[in-house]
Amino acid sequence: MTEPEPKKSTAAQRTVHDVHDARDVRDVRDRHDVNDVRPADSLADELDVRRAGATADGLDAHLVVQRGAFRLDVTLNVAPGEVVALLGPNGAGKTTALRALAGLTPLTDGRLRLDGSALDGTPPESRPVGVVFQDYLLFPHLTALDNVAFGPRCQGATKAEARAQAAEWLDRLGLAAHAGAKPRRLSGGQAQRVALARALATRPRLLLLDEPLAALDARTRLEVRAQLRRHLAEFEAVAVLVTHDPLDAMVLADRLVVVEHGRVVQEGAPSDIARHPRTDYIAQLVGLNLYRGEADGHTVRLDAGPPITTTEVLSGPVFVAFPPSAVTLYRDRPTGASARNLWHCEVAGLETHGDQIRADLTGELPLAADLTTVAAAELDLHPGARVWAAVKATQTHAYPV
Amino acid sequence: MTVPTDRSGAAADTIRGGLRRRRVRAQVRGVPLPLLVPALIGVAFLVVPLIALLVRAPWRSLPELLTSAEVWQALRLSLVCATAATAVSLVVGVPLAWLLARVEFPGRGLLRALVTLPLVLPPVVGGVALLMALGRNGIVGKTLDSWFGVTLPFTTAGVVVAEAFVAMPFLVISVEGTLRAADPRYEEAAATLGASRFTAFRRVTLPLIAPGIAAGAVLAWARALGEFGATITFAGNFPGRTQTMPLAVYLALQSDPEAAIALSLVLLAVSVAVLAGLRDRWMTAG
Amino acid sequence: MTRTARRTGRPMQVAALGVTALLALSACSSSDDSSSTDSGSSASASTSASDQLSGTVTVFAAASLKESFTTLGKEFEKAHPGTKVTFSFGGSDSLAASITGGAPADVFASASPKTMAIVTDAGDASGTPATFVRNQLEIATLPGNPDKIASLKDLTKSSLKVVLCDKTVPCGAAAQKALDASKLKLTPVSYEQDVKAALTKVELKEADAAVVYKTDVHAAGDKVEGVEFPESADAINDYPIVQLKDAQNTAAAKAFIALVQSAEGQKVLTEAGFLQP
Repeated sequence: MTEPEPKKSTAAQRTVHDVHDARDVRDVRDRHDVNDVRPADSLADELDVRRAGATADGLDAHLVVQRGAFRLDVTLNVAPGEVVALLGPNGAGKTTALRALAGLTPLTDGRLRLDGSALDGTPPESRPVGVVFQDYLLFPHLTALDNVAFGPRCQGATKAEARAQAAEWLDRLGLAAHAGAKPRRLSGGQAQRVALARALATRPRLLLLDEPLAALDARTRLEVRAQLRRHLAEFEAVAVLVTHDPLDAMVLADRLVVVEHGRVVQEGAPSDIARHPRTDYIAQLVGLNLYRGEADGHTVRLDAGPPITTTEVLSGPVFVAFPPSAVTLYRDRPTGASARNLWHCEVAGLETHGDQIRADLTGELPLAADLTTVAAAELDLHPGARVWAAVKATQTHAYPV
Repeated sequence: MTVPTDRSGAAADTIRGGLRRRRVRAQVRGVPLPLLVPALIGVAFLVVPLIALLVRAPWRSLPELLTSAEVWQALRLSLVCATAATAVSLVVGVPLAWLLARVEFPGRGLLRALVTLPLVLPPVVGGVALLMALGRNGIVGKTLDSWFGVTLPFTTAGVVVAEAFVAMPFLVISVEGTLRAADPRYEEAAATLGASRFTAFRRVTLPLIAPGIAAGAVLAWARALGEFGATITFAGNFPGRTQTMPLAVYLALQSDPEAAIALSLVLLAVSVAVLAGLRDRWMTAG
Repeated sequence: MTRTARRTGRPMQVAALGVTALLALSACSSSDDSSSTDSGSSASASTSASDQLSGTVTVFAAASLKESFTTLGKEFEKAHPGTKVTFSFGGSDSLAASITGGAPADVFASASPKTMAIVTDAGDASGTPATFVRNQLEIATLPGNPDKIASLKDLTKSSLKVVLCDKTVPCGAAAQKALDASKLKLTPVSYEQDVKAALTKVELKEADAAVVYKTDVHAAGDKVEGVEFPESADAINDYPIVQLKDAQNTAAAKAFIALVQSAEGQKVLTEAGFLQP
């Protein structure tokens, strides 16, 4: 929403801000979008200039929707093949943004271009956009096959052609056996994949997913999340997903756009945002340390860094995540500690969020740790201080990539 | 919409089934008297007159009364006209219900009130209103007559018009209610898949609300079958052309009450048979 | 005003009576005995009350009597302060069915001996019915008689839309009698449920002509034009009136019948188009 007020000028904060200021162009651009009071046109021009090197492909949207007192004003630029997650609390305007992209909610102002052509005035049925709705909205009277064939049929394919295409999509998503099933006979995970197949079958240039995993129970969610990540990675056009779940966002998206009160408050790679939350909301929301590595039993070997011990038994490429609150800091190496995950780190920065302090650590393993102000004082934490960070295996979560 | 997973789904079904069975038993035991007594009075009030009709029916002379050609003529006309009126109501009424349920426009509430007015209008007044509009001298009928030579009063088409006028609001109300209950986002989902609004209506909404349409059609058909006032006022009474069963019953009552009861029984039997048949085939299927 | 009210209101009333009659028919015979003894005792009680007329007298009368009987009812109330005359106008058949079904009435004035016979046969009449007026048929045509209808035979032209009363109601039976007598075959567009319905169709110009009673043509004023035809002499309708056995107010009932038959009453009736008996 707004740049954090310049706080009491501690050394720690200055360090953090320095890091911010040195960040990539994208971040700087965000801040223009958020804070700049110049007319939208000149801003847009500037953005066009900035993007001039890139091709016109992908999504270039400035979504403005005024509804009563609520105003959504979000700028989104997504390249083909990129997956962007709109992350934010309920009522932040994420779904409105998604509906505006789909043409289901008209824009009050702004622009919407996809692969170089304007979509602003195009009705939803004529947009090359596919949507996976939160509760899928599979047509209950049609079989899985006919649900998927619906799009190709509407695009003019004959019944036989449409069905052949649909069968191919279902097969690709591992649902060939369920082609004849009505939606109510499908499990949550299957329904989710049918919904994805249905959206992909129209060969959209923009794929929108509204809380794609929210309707699933915790166990199914794990599997489906991993599958969905794979399918999204294969998708060659623009994908935008909306979620309030930071883990979904981090696993599925290449880039996060955090939306609060209708505005973009932060944008960047998941790890950046997790490490450097710019608002209290993000700090709480994105309170996760996320790593990628190769699993072998209980051990995950990171691409760069020490191994992490987990409770899950997996093999192959995985993500490991744990919340900053799971990290315990010690001034001296703990003796006889049960935690097998113990790393020697250096404090790179400190930030206050409510009554919590988030410590940004570098060293053996870069990570974020949350601790109370009292604990921080006891540990005498300051940038440059060296600490031991421990995480119990039970507090980590590993997921297949 | 929550979609149970494969594994938990079966278990949930079992649990739900168990609950349902238990609930049924609990319901029978636990109906409070202040509800049960009026309910039973209601049943008696509706059913006793029908039983009385059966008890007082001239069973011995019934075969003789019912073999007359006029009875079958009237019955056939009733069935044909009620079905045609229902068809007309469907063709016009379903789109009207969609308009009322799905499109925001000024005066929608007023329009809804207007089109459902025939529900409260005494049918005879409806018949007179139809004469004023579609009669030979009516505001629209005049043009129909002079341009196309079509006059509706005293014709079988007139019967259909009168019955549709009275029966259509039942269908519109029923279908509009179903449409409002149906999730409009299915239409949005269809739109994102490239379906125009009409395609979405035809291929998604229509199948979704089919049970509601069927219920509305049955209501409309039953209302049309029993329609008397508007029919006799607008279409008159001529055996084989405009004399439907209710008209035959009414006129028989003037001279031969036994014949009137016999005719009523036929109408009753046919309606019960048709409604029960439809219920089995449509309602449970949906 | 009154005409409009009658046109729309009356068939509804008839329909309602029809329903009443239907329900009454299906349940009447079991209650016959008890109801007749009950009302018999209360009737004698009211007779012995006094010679001074008071209370309400309920008259069931054929629809065609509506205008003239309403006038007579007002005169009666004026002549006997403290009395009130309530009317139920309808098709004679429906009224007869209501009476035999136990509807509370003191006087029944019917449009045909046949419908009166329903009541007398059921033993619901007290004494013998007396014919108090007669009614003759007339052809009602559109104002100005654009189709130049001059005789009953003219009605058989196929280009004309003619409505008749249903054969089950007196005006229909009478019309059929007249047609039979002159060996004419007439196919109407509709057999209407009563004479007012038939007349309404001409008033609304939906039909070109209707065979109705002279009194109805009279009552319709200039909305229709009457054409007399000689064959109507073969089908003159007698209107009988009778006091009912279950009458609650016999004294007033007798007085009302007397008024109808008096010179004063006959004057009102002939003005409405009725013939003297």
